[in-house]
Amino acid sequence: MASLRLLLAKPWIWSFIGALLVWLATIAFTGGYGGGGMITAALSLAVFTVIVGVGQMFVITLGPGNVDLSLPANIGLASAVAMKVMDGNDAMIAVGLLAAVACGMAVGAANYLLIWALRIPPIIATLSASFIIQSIDISYGRGLQIKPPPGFASFTNWQILGIPILAILTVLFTIGAAIALQRMIYGRSVLAIGQNIRAAWFAGINVGRIRFLTYTLSGALGGLDGALLAGYFRGANVDIGNEYLLASIAVVVIGGTSVAGGKANVPGVWGAALFLVLLLTMLNTFGVSAGVRLLLTGLIIVGVITAAGGQKALR
Amino acid sequence: MTAAPVETGLKGSAERDRLARARLLRSLLPALSLVLVLLAIAWLNPRAISYFGFSLMLNLAIPIALATIAQMFVIAGNELDLSIGTFVGFVGCVTATWLKDAPLVGILILLGSIGVYALLGALIHLRNLPSIVVTLGMSFVWQGLAILILPKPGGKAPDWLLSLMAFKPPFIPFPIIAALLIAAVVYFGLMRTSYGVILRGSGGNAAALSRAGWSLLKTKIILFALAGLFGVLSGMALIGITTSADANIGNGYTLLSIAGVILGGGEFVGGRVSPIGAVIGALTLALAASPLLTFMHIPPDWQVAANGAILIIVLAARVLISRRER
Repeated sequence: MASLRLLLAKPWIWSFIGALLVWLATIAFTGGYGGGGMITAALSLAVFTVIVGVGQMFVITLGPGNVDLSLPANIGLASAVAMKVMDGNDAMIAVGLLAAVACGMAVGAANYLLIWALRIPPIIATLSASFIIQSIDISYGRGLQIKPPPGFASFTNWQILGIPILAILTVLFTIGAAIALQRMIYGRSVLAIGQNIRAAWFAGINVGRIRFLTYTLSGALGGLDGALLAGYFRGANVDIGNEYLLASIAVVVIGGTSVAGGKANVPGVWGAALFLVLLLTMLNTFGVSAGVRLLLTGLIIVGVITAAGGQKALR
Repeated sequence: MTAAPVETGLKGSAERDRLARARLLRSLLPALSLVLVLLAIAWLNPRAISYFGFSLMLNLAIPIALATIAQMFVIAGNELDLSIGTFVGFVGCVTATWLKDAPLVGILILLGSIGVYALLGALIHLRNLPSIVVTLGMSFVWQGLAILILPKPGGKAPDWLLSLMAFKPPFIPFPIIAALLIAAVVYFGLMRTSYGVILRGSGGNAAALSRAGWSLLKTKIILFALAGLFGVLSGMALIGITTSADANIGNGYTLLSIAGVILGGGEFVGGRVSPIGAVIGALTLALAASPLLTFMHIPPDWQVAANGAILIIVLAARVLISRRER
């Protein structure tokens, strides 16, 4: 009993309960058919949201006003870079992945450069950067028809006992992120800055360096995500990252991370990502039209946020 | 003992002069950037500076300016509306279908949507929610509704709206008159009335306002309702120009409206916004995005980048001026 109460007190448990309820509702609708396949599919899709969600989580944890709006453009550009560098050649997979991550890191570093040099709110900095990145992507990726190397494409789809390899790797990555957040100087510094940036500065934390690292990390994860998405969906696309703006912010908030900063939650990102993906699967299973699907997705997100309540505005 | 205060007083007045100059320069920055863009256009293509040229180039400036004003009201209350673009699209779809076929139902839907905006303001205030997440969620709601109303591009604008937007006044092109009118009305309402001061104060120092007995719930509801109202006007103006609608027609307006407010000298926090600046910012974006690029023979791929570049340049100029302010 005591352990159950302890579990229910964790902010991240609710997102997992939500995901479970949505899954149960769907298999109740199908009469138990396809429940396992649904989990496999949900895991492979949730991975992409989790990767950018973790980056966005570190950024949002930096405190009010910190948010990375350049992720969709970043993902789009990195997907094109990855496909061009790999050029359908299995031998170039690692180089392509590195190129995509480097491209994302450059975007993240540029974001921080704007924030630092122009002393503007990160929302405006990442927004202006995303305008420019988007144009670079449109111009660079025009008519790009390169398929991912066969090895890379099958890697993004590999499964062991119905569990995608990519999901296992991402779980390991999120465990690493949780350790970095709670046990390493970097993560503790991010939390401290989010709680009180002045106090953190007086305590001797190099605030500029930590913020720079965090935006670069978020950019790098966006780049990695772009490459993986291009592998999974068999090709790069300017719009491939569009849905990840809402998704990355939503999973952070639904997952129990404080939008006021200073309090982050890694497991919640997984629960919220599974919840969102399963929600979409459920609406598709119910056979609703695209309009109704968008409408319900929006209403449920607003509803969940309202129920969870916020402590403070994101700015 | 007596000399010291006089000396600091003198220094103080010189300091004040310098500060006033920097502040003046800063408030002129939006107008300066518009003039620069106009000069560039005039230099590249002198024929564009004519009645016909302006009517054509500023065609889409009216809906952009209205959407920017809508965003400005939200930003004045220290919030951000990421759903204004899809909301404009939703209004467009209603305008091209219900408002033409069953005007009464159309008007009720549009009034209802302003009511939804007011409710969002109340919700955000009462539950202390992050406006970014709520409005991001709402952007899906509006888009979904727009697709349900108009699954395929089509519909037709009501005739009265078409003739209004095609109005050709003598000497001065309609978009310029409309921009002046919008700027003047909002400037008077928000900057010159006493309740306008309260509205801006809710973004400047909410705690002080509420101690003075003003309802923060009411200011937030009014700011969001005004945003909804101007969003509706923007969607209707857009359909009056394009004549038919599409569920995705307004999607770009979210980012454009934020950029317009910031270009126009608005601050992200503290209720510091400027209606005249916002309209000028919207005009600058409308001109710089497409006509200027076309005259410079830059492919349309870089249109979005031009918006970003202008934003960065203006913000950089602002930093340089602010440094002098210090």
